[in-house]
Amino acid sequence: MDRLFDFSDYGALLGLVTNSLIAAALLGVVGGLVGVFVQMRDMQFAVHGISELSFAGAAGALLLGGSVAVGSVVGSVLAAGLIGALGVRARDRNSVIGVLMPFGLGLGVLFLALYEGRAANKFGLLTGQIVAVDTVRLGWLTGVSVVVLLGLALIWRPLLFASADPEVAVARGVPVGLVSVAFTLLLGLAVSLAVQVVGALLVLSLLVTPAAAAFRVTASPLRATLLSVVFAVVSAVGGILLALGGTVPISPFVTTISFLVYLVCRVVSARRVRSGWGARVPAAASPEPVAIP
Amino acid sequence: MSFGARTLWSGLDLDVRPGEFLAVLGPNGAGKSTLLKAVLGQQPLTAGRLLVGGRPPGRGVRGVGYVPQQKSLDAATPLRARDLVGLGIDGHRWGIGRRSAADRRRVDEALAAVGATGYADAPIGLLSGGEQQRVRIAQALATDPQLLLCDEPLLSLDLRHQRAVAQMIDRRRREHGTAVVFVTHEINPVLDLVDRVLYVAGGSYRVGPPSEVLTSATLSELYRTPVDVLQVRGRIVVVGTPDEPAGCDHHDAVSGLAPVPLEGSR
Repeated sequence: MDRLFDFSDYGALLGLVTNSLIAAALLGVVGGLVGVFVQMRDMQFAVHGISELSFAGAAGALLLGGSVAVGSVVGSVLAAGLIGALGVRARDRNSVIGVLMPFGLGLGVLFLALYEGRAANKFGLLTGQIVAVDTVRLGWLTGVSVVVLLGLALIWRPLLFASADPEVAVARGVPVGLVSVAFTLLLGLAVSLAVQVVGALLVLSLLVTPAAAAFRVTASPLRATLLSVVFAVVSAVGGILLALGGTVPISPFVTTISFLVYLVCRVVSARRVRSGWGARVPAAASPEPVAIP
Repeated sequence: MSFGARTLWSGLDLDVRPGEFLAVLGPNGAGKSTLLKAVLGQQPLTAGRLLVGGRPPGRGVRGVGYVPQQKSLDAATPLRARDLVGLGIDGHRWGIGRRSAADRRRVDEALAAVGATGYADAPIGLLSGGEQQRVRIAQALATDPQLLLCDEPLLSLDLRHQRAVAQMIDRRRREHGTAVVFVTHEINPVLDLVDRVLYVAGGSYRVGPPSEVLTSATLSELYRTPVDVLQVRGRIVVVGTPDEPAGCDHHDAVSGLAPVPLEGSR
């Protein structure tokens, strides 16, 4: 248990991980927002696929002595571009991802096997790391986050329309194809951020679980988005704060928090549905129009 | 309009007037949905000219409302009925944008007009098929369109909801002069409401009042095989239409260049 929790030097440790905490908070915001659309568009599998290729990119950069951050972004964006270009329909998309993912993972394993540096670096790419965020890397993470946030803000409404109701969105003149490719690229960038903080295997815990939990408890798009962001930030930052007390990587803490949040939301939603969520206001309060019998 | 060697219809000359209720009938794959796509500007005509409100059809012309087939939205969609209607008003605009008070009022009015005020704040995914379809009509009408396109809006609704939805559309065109183009495979729920019927089959078409088009003689000629049209208790039953091959409703074939004139303006 000592390896899990030992908070004796907590204050001193906290100072060392300020950068990581900022990175985690940023990732929480980005992951929570992107997750809303991942959930609406059923792209959970795409998130996983992109993260494996992002891992391959990061491992390649590690081997060549380049920047892991740049490597993971290149891997992600390549994967997102391929998925966006080849798989417009959900079925095509899933088969493209199913083909790309093992290839990416295989490449990543090859690069790590050839790499002769610190073993912790290798492990970190898959399962996350605590103190790996230096100031240069933080600047890079911030830059990518800002790009994703601005991009999302620009396409927010058409993306919401196209994700919820593609047929009518096309009829109303929304460039559904363009919006969908743009979102896939933003998703790629967001995944590359997550790979660097929680590791490739556990990206889903920040890009899928928080939004899935939020959708359980509200149907208001604004509230769902806010909740998703709050859940993701709490999971990421909370995970780091807990991980400080031990020697295990941060990811088990992050995944456990987000999973618990999800469980609580399911219980809440089950109760609400049983007590009549979405029940109609009685007819007296809303007079039917005369033309309807 | 043709796809490769297959001609869906040709020589179509049709003028839909404001406030007119036009039902489009025909077997699967006859090109009913393609006609709507052409009007929406999603599908260029092989040959001919089409004007919507005096202008060429453009993707998402603001004066056109569109009601799709009833398809259940995912139960976990994070939208309320009012959000879906709101997206019909401003979903095509870039940015995040907060809905203005005027737009919120339009949403409320549109929901009230279809009798959906009672579940305006209910999650859209938890509504029944009939309720979702009412919300979709509110969405299509919220922008006050001159032309309302409906693609099988009554499919998979029960009789009571079919009737309610059809009358809602009818009331709209009477009160606001909205022209209605109503694609359906089942004429009976709207038989007493339509002004004219466009029947598309076998690469040809007939247009006119239901009493003239829906006759044994006209349809036999259209299908080039004996077809019987029976009147049973105010309902129309068509017997003897040749079965269309399944799955010919897909429109992903390549557009050909057959000289098919089409004139349709309003």
